[in-house]
Amino acid sequence: MAVQEFLSPKSLSEAQAAFGEGAASSWLAGGTDLLVGIRLGARDPSRVVDLKQIPELTAIEIDDASVRIGAAASAFDVLHNSDVPSLLPGLAEALNLIGSTQITGRCSAGGNLCNASPAADSIPALIANGAQCRILGPEGERVLPVENFVVGPNQNALAPGELLVELILPKPVPGTSDAYLRLTPRTEMDIAVAGAGVSITLDSSGTCTAARVAIGAVAPTALLVEPAGEALVGSPLDQAAMDAAVAAVRAAAKPISDKRGPAQYRTHVVGILVSRAIANAQARIEEAR
Amino acid sequence: MNKPLNKMAVQATINGERTAFLCSPGQVLADVLRDELELIGTKIGCNTGDCGACSVLVDNRLVCACLVLAAEVEGKSVQTVEGIANGGELHPVQQKLLEHGGLQCGICTPGVVVAAKALLEHNPDPTEEQARYWLAGNLCRCTGYDKIIRAVLDAAKTMRGEAA
Amino acid sequence: MNAYQEFKTIGSRPVRPDGLDKVTGRARYGADLNMQGQLYGHVVRSPHAHAIIESIDCSKALAMEGVLAVMTGDDLVKPGDEMLGSGEGAMALKDFVPMVMSQGKVLFHSQAVAAIAATSPELAAEAARAVEVTYEVLPAVTDVHKALAADAPILHHDRFPDDYPEEPTNLATHISLTVGNPDAAFEGADVIVEQTYSVPMCHQGYIEPHACVARVDITGRTDLWCCTQGHFAVRHFTSAATGIDLGKIKVTPSEIGGGFGGKTTVYIEPLAVVLAQKAGRPVKMVMDRGDVFRATGAAPGAETRVKLGATRDGKLVAVDVDCLMDSGAYNGAPAAFPAYMATACYKFTDARSTGRSVYTNKPKIHAYRAPSIPQVTLGFELAITELAAELGIDPIEFRLMNAVEEGDANMMGAPYKRIGLRECLEVARNHEHYKSPLSEGVGRGVAMGYWINAGMQSSATLNVSSDGHVAVLTGSPDIGGSRASMALMAAEVLGIPFDHVHPEVAPTDSVGHTDVTGGSRTTLATGEAVIRAAENCVAELCRRAAAEWGVEAGVVAWSQGAAHYGEHSLTFHELASRAGNMGGPLTFSSSLNSTSAAPGFAVHICDAEVDKETGRTTIVRYTAIQDAGKAIHPDYVEGQMQGGAVQGIGWALNEEYLYNADGVLQNPGFLDYRIPVASDLPYIDTVIVEVPNPLHPFGVKGVGEVPIVPPMPAIAEAVCQSTGVRFRDLPLNPPKIMAELVDL
Repeated sequence: MAVQEFLSPKSLSEAQAAFGEGAASSWLAGGTDLLVGIRLGARDPSRVVDLKQIPELTAIEIDDASVRIGAAASAFDVLHNSDVPSLLPGLAEALNLIGSTQITGRCSAGGNLCNASPAADSIPALIANGAQCRILGPEGERVLPVENFVVGPNQNALAPGELLVELILPKPVPGTSDAYLRLTPRTEMDIAVAGAGVSITLDSSGTCTAARVAIGAVAPTALLVEPAGEALVGSPLDQAAMDAAVAAVRAAAKPISDKRGPAQYRTHVVGILVSRAIANAQARIEEAR
Repeated sequence: MNKPLNKMAVQATINGERTAFLCSPGQVLADVLRDELELIGTKIGCNTGDCGACSVLVDNRLVCACLVLAAEVEGKSVQTVEGIANGGELHPVQQKLLEHGGLQCGICTPGVVVAAKALLEHNPDPTEEQARYWLAGNLCRCTGYDKIIRAVLDAAKTMRGEAA
Repeated sequence: MNAYQEFKTIGSRPVRPDGLDKVTGRARYGADLNMQGQLYGHVVRSPHAHAIIESIDCSKALAMEGVLAVMTGDDLVKPGDEMLGSGEGAMALKDFVPMVMSQGKVLFHSQAVAAIAATSPELAAEAARAVEVTYEVLPAVTDVHKALAADAPILHHDRFPDDYPEEPTNLATHISLTVGNPDAAFEGADVIVEQTYSVPMCHQGYIEPHACVARVDITGRTDLWCCTQGHFAVRHFTSAATGIDLGKIKVTPSEIGGGFGGKTTVYIEPLAVVLAQKAGRPVKMVMDRGDVFRATGAAPGAETRVKLGATRDGKLVAVDVDCLMDSGAYNGAPAAFPAYMATACYKFTDARSTGRSVYTNKPKIHAYRAPSIPQVTLGFELAITELAAELGIDPIEFRLMNAVEEGDANMMGAPYKRIGLRECLEVARNHEHYKSPLSEGVGRGVAMGYWINAGMQSSATLNVSSDGHVAVLTGSPDIGGSRASMALMAAEVLGIPFDHVHPEVAPTDSVGHTDVTGGSRTTLATGEAVIRAAENCVAELCRRAAAEWGVEAGVVAWSQGAAHYGEHSLTFHELASRAGNMGGPLTFSSSLNSTSAAPGFAVHICDAEVDKETGRTTIVRYTAIQDAGKAIHPDYVEGQMQGGAVQGIGWALNEEYLYNADGVLQNPGFLDYRIPVASDLPYIDTVIVEVPNPLHPFGVKGVGEVPIVPPMPAIAEAVCQSTGVRFRDLPLNPPKIMAELVDL
């Protein structure tokens, strides 16, 4: 079998019609996972529906309350948006780490999320930022938090024919920042052995008033570790709070041992990454003041 | 089992020239450039976006041609290594790679040329670290990257009009 | 020492003649040629690492429209014990033919079992899936120790190494050399270090996959285009595997996109030839990247036990080294080199050096840059460093106290001529890098390395045109800038400008036999052929000038690109333009079997910092120092030093073949087979030391291979100094380091 049809709809309604019943169709955003999957025999769609001609799917918009990123907007476009990298530096860090310059030129946060790799870089950063998925399907629209969108390794919550339209992130309130860190043996061109995304809010005294901590590559899906966030809230991010957050993520981590690293190492290092990411986010908040 | 030959007609500007080609719906741009348009400067080292030898610019965006469907470039502008020199005049990146000995076997060189040109248009004054990260997706097994990076930074200097 | 004391051209850094084609995309590599009417080949590969093929049914594939030929191992010759090739690429026919395509037994995962030729690559792939192969699956063994165990599955039931004449084992080779009485000498040592060190199996990692296109006419005349380090070797191997007369095969080498030893053999070329012969149309084959990792090359993993004894005052008095290497599915003879060369940097009187290699269900190992020596040197140099530390002597001082020099003998008993090891060590000791203070948390390691360097057979032909330009044809594929060196050497002898010389790599029918580009031999031996051919040219031009002037040829001198006698002179250009009237066209050849090779030595200094919380290592600073004899084109000497160092860095830190229990490679791609990327590295500083090779007209020593020898021990020592933990098993990836730093 091979791809028999390439369709390039110009609107959401055209896209839904083009996709059809869905079993043999694949959505195409940046293609950096789909085309590799086809090449290596893991994916075999007969119809490919390109999403990049649909304005809504590549738009990046910021209003008073939210940052909205079209599901097919390339990482490069997000990284070079005039506002997003300064508003959400951790999300930018994550997107910048998805492969080479060539890959970030094509890949999208939406595609990275839909591909649902346990090691996807953008997913912990999206979860930490409380991102929501706007989904359009034959039955209408629905909204899901990112942490509920991924249901298993390479499995997402989209029903046949459903389409991820955009990611909606709450616009960070003053005193808020985020950070993403991952561990890879190389500096680039690698898959996370472990990843950590955090978003924290500090009041003027430096006390943490809100925190979300998410980890990647240490469980079948990226995880929101609520106890880690709770350990930080109310603290000045002192050693005791950091230790508690690290202990919480290590307790939540359920990694496997594979070619990218043994389980014990992943559990250890995800704690290090979380504590460094918190420190980075804290430094960003302080720098902004 | 006679299968219909399922081809799409695509029009694009390739290295400044309006071009039309036929491709299969699943055919990647790298294959069309090499096999249909005889632009063999776009090299294939992995076919999975991991080596950067097939780097090209699509609407001035640096991508791996092995990870773009040929049908996607309809109406777009594609620049390959063959289109980097301006007539008889080499791009400074090409010239400096030659002067610094920034190539050995040369299989990664077309990709490096395209990626480095994109870097210097994006950032005319990159640090060594910025150049190294931008080019991290262009694998070279021969040079250890030393002379490539030196050549790219020297080309940047030339393009900024500074003496080398 | 030689006639060329002052150089005008060599040692300069002109732009390489093939450079323009390479920066503009015009250069043609293996996959860049299409022949009219060509078909596309696809290989059916075994899904098992160890199996007996019960049957192969190609009928369904052959019945598909557009499928024009199929083949199996039965279409190749039945091999015997005869040896093929030379140098790094040498192997027995019985180890070669089944490696190309199985002839009944599968010994590694992804071994070729059949091949298809069809009208498109997609159709060929589809037809390959329609080939029905039934296997009797056997247990696979991928670990050398398990392969030597009594209950191990035996790969070759017909092989009986000397030590085990009674029953077949998986021991492929066993070589042991002894000088003096090492066991007694250890008795006299004040300090003894004995440790075991290991290095994983890895791949050459060239970016260009193997590719070829073949055409065979009805008389058997064969045209083959391919990327290779040696097209004469391709011709020889292809003839041996297919039975087509050697003389009927013409091989034209494409540009080559990296090889590092891995393209000194063939994998797909005989298949393309057989398919082309069967189909009556040209056949193109391009290997998939995954298959390159799964079924080609691969350098052996090795475990080396090193025992060294020294006196309190720092004299190395006893050596015992035993290197156990992986051979893969067939005999790649990796064990001989460590046996011969493990001790090569050091003076000794009492030493034993042993090499063993073992069959495992993995691809047959093949040459990779200084084959086998980086592996054994990791152990030897780290043991030396440990010994120096035990004695409280600076590691460079300790090496200087024991380093070989002219007159010292190696394990084979051959005394060194003029070598440059001590000079390199002295440069290292006095280098600003070595003297610079270390930042907190950064460690420094030093190591040295040796590679024997080859001579072997080379040919060159010079054709002088009437305008005084010269074409230089050689049989050495240019893998790293050798055409520039050939042009420089010809220009030097002839006394003409570099850009009047046009070097070409000629096909097998256009230049004399030339062995592979490998063994660090090309600039030395092919260069020597170029020098001799150019000297023949000069001699003839002097004879012609003498005849013109009516004097004895012997009194005419050649300098500055002209013949001179008294007031008379005739320039190269004048002699070239008048050649037709002075004796005819000017064409000169030289073929030789070079005996002028001299060994290469290198010393590397590495600063590395380990993140103590994650175990990640960053190479902070790196300096490579090497004796090149005479650097013909210093840019490309430095390039070899830098490239070799970085391959060593990759091997030290993250490169590793990972097999599962069934013998299936888990990381057959550049994503998980982690060669270094640009952002992983600092600049690699270089110092070229020039201690001329007395045997070579220009003093050249081979430079390509030795730079990969010192990095692993230098980096391992730097990691040790950074962490305070002694690591002896590579690669030093983050999990491995972390496991020693905290209780995980």
